[in-house]
Amino acid sequence: MYRYDRTDQQLIDERVAQYRDQMTRHLAGELSADELRPLRLQNGLYIQRHGPMLRIAIPYGMLAAAQLRKLAEISRRYDRGIGHLTTRQNMQLNWPQFEETPEILGELASVEMHAVQTSGNCIRNITSDHFAGVAADELTDPRPYCELLRQWSTFHPEFAFLPRKFKIAVNAAAQDRAVIRAHDIGLDLVRGDDGELGFRVFVGGGLGRTPILGKLVRDFLPRRHLLSYLDAILRLYNRYGRRDNLYKARIKILVQALGIEEFGRQVEAEWSELRDGPTTVPDAEFARLAAHFAPPAWQTLPAEDPAHTALISTDKAFANWVRRCVHPHKTPGYAAVTLSLKAPGVAPGDISDVQMIAVAELAERFSFGEARVSHEQNLVLADVRQSDLHAVWQIARSQRLATANIGLLTDMICCPGGDLCSLANARSIPIAAAVNEKFDDLDYLYDIGDLSLNISGCMNSCGHHHVANIGILGVDKNDEEWYQITIGGQQGNAATIGKVIGPSFYAMEVPEVIAALIDVYVEQRTASERFIDTLQRIGIEPFKTRAYAGRDRRRTAKVEHRETEVVSA
Amino acid sequence: MPRIISNHCIVEDHWQVLTLAADETPATVTLPAAPVLLPLAVWLARRDEIIARYPQPGVWLDSDEGPEALAGDTDRFAVIAVNFPKFTDGRSYSSARLLRERYRYSGEIRAIGDVLQDQLFYMRRCGINAYALRADKDPEKALAGLTVFSDSYQAAADQPLPAFRRHATQEPA
Repeated sequence: MYRYDRTDQQLIDERVAQYRDQMTRHLAGELSADELRPLRLQNGLYIQRHGPMLRIAIPYGMLAAAQLRKLAEISRRYDRGIGHLTTRQNMQLNWPQFEETPEILGELASVEMHAVQTSGNCIRNITSDHFAGVAADELTDPRPYCELLRQWSTFHPEFAFLPRKFKIAVNAAAQDRAVIRAHDIGLDLVRGDDGELGFRVFVGGGLGRTPILGKLVRDFLPRRHLLSYLDAILRLYNRYGRRDNLYKARIKILVQALGIEEFGRQVEAEWSELRDGPTTVPDAEFARLAAHFAPPAWQTLPAEDPAHTALISTDKAFANWVRRCVHPHKTPGYAAVTLSLKAPGVAPGDISDVQMIAVAELAERFSFGEARVSHEQNLVLADVRQSDLHAVWQIARSQRLATANIGLLTDMICCPGGDLCSLANARSIPIAAAVNEKFDDLDYLYDIGDLSLNISGCMNSCGHHHVANIGILGVDKNDEEWYQITIGGQQGNAATIGKVIGPSFYAMEVPEVIAALIDVYVEQRTASERFIDTLQRIGIEPFKTRAYAGRDRRRTAKVEHRETEVVSA
Repeated sequence: MPRIISNHCIVEDHWQVLTLAADETPATVTLPAAPVLLPLAVWLARRDEIIARYPQPGVWLDSDEGPEALAGDTDRFAVIAVNFPKFTDGRSYSSARLLRERYRYSGEIRAIGDVLQDQLFYMRRCGINAYALRADKDPEKALAGLTVFSDSYQAAADQPLPAFRRHATQEPA
């Protein structure tokens, strides 16, 4: 993975010193709370419901074992021994002390980590495929491009005070695992007609209050022009994005207002002034960055390990885990492993300090000392020998990291919600727990098969509910928690925004409603259909009808009517 | 007399910023004795009169006014100021870069408005070289904000080459 050079380390050390000074001035009364706010946010520090929350950057999800150990130590020393992994592949600490945050950033800098631009109206952490470098369906490793973008976006002097946050994701595989079209800019690595590497560029995607999929703004951008082209997009956005209304400030609203053709024309006009300048990236720089992601010393192994095959046939629990948590690797004899952070009774994406140490040890023993965070809030060991899978499983199981539910209904993406987040309208963790309780039978989960269920506690959509087969959104009506359900969303190449099925439900109704939706699928499916396939074939109506069967919606309807009035007033 | 930061030094400053009162218009506002930073609208409405009257006029751009309107005229100005109505309004960073890098303006670009220590480094990188700090802030203390970082990744107005063109080969830290 990428290792800092002197410049990287120096800049991060200087950032810590800058932040320490800002906090000192704040505590001395020289920097007001309002003046500090954007500064602390661009160092990951939020003030939440119960106090501060610190969001630590994990660039494109890559973690070295030493970094995991440091995170474990920090979470134990400065927090409550729990970290929460996010859909931007970052880690949040929910209970740090405000005054101790400079110390935490100092500790992070000692292992080439930071919390730079994990919040605020700036370019956020670059995200990518958690199987980068090992996926068989990948054109090339996306991580050198992510690193190039990390450096370009870090302390970019022109784009530190954008109208709103700005998210970029990179995919280089046949199957998009980074939800690139749900980003302000989505980059899809492709080969041009003459074999040159470059990007299909999508712009104006985003979830939140107005979910929109990114639109293609350029069919092919040679890779050397990546930075100047992005400078052009960001400059247009910085200058002309709306700043009068927080909810209309994302680039998607600008793209929508201009139309993609006109937006693209303006980008080309700006870019024509910037292209072929010094920001053009030479091949030598791509080579330098790629060297950081050189493949580890994979051994030459048979494609199938007989002992592993034998264990699968004799040990059903192991076989289930292999089926759901072990993924193909491009090198014979190797596999990628997802360590599920979706065990029953645990908030989705949460990991304890003890588990972090265990994952660091697993990475060191079995996966070249590296792990990755997936945007689905799990951890990945990318380079495990097939012959080691059973040992990995046993250790992972002893740490409750081997729940065999990856890609199933209980592998929920879930934001921290109203328990912790001050933006939330409703709690999400108890909903996740209730769904987990309702669907506690693994065999039934396997029978249901591939299905995504995501939960967001408010319209900001941190839980990606719009792109889930079943999405749950917390809404506040007269200080009561209600939940709106969408169905039919999906990630991947066929990314789709889900549709709302109707009036919201009480918290206690949600598990039954989910069960009703699943019943329709189980009754109607053909042998090979996933939930989403059946839904697309028979349409939303049968699901809707079943979800509301026997439920009195008069009260909900009335409340929603009232809310509409308030909004339109 | 107010003090500003100019090229890393604290200097006494004699420029006034003209803003239009509610009952004034660009065409009719009384032009004060020099030196004054005029609103863009006044410059556009009375260009010839201003050229005749001031040997080296000054102008200020609000954050929603691009430097395009000054194209071809930038060399006439001793000072072009860019306004930050709120320090979180980042549009004037783009204006400053455009003035330096596209319109090749080499005179003073001054940050006015909600100008604070912790934004000075980015302002400097975008080509701003004078800083009229918000009235309640001490420019002496704010000077430190100009030199927070000793290097940077991107090309900008202060550094035409990105880091990858300046130190192509480096040992790991």
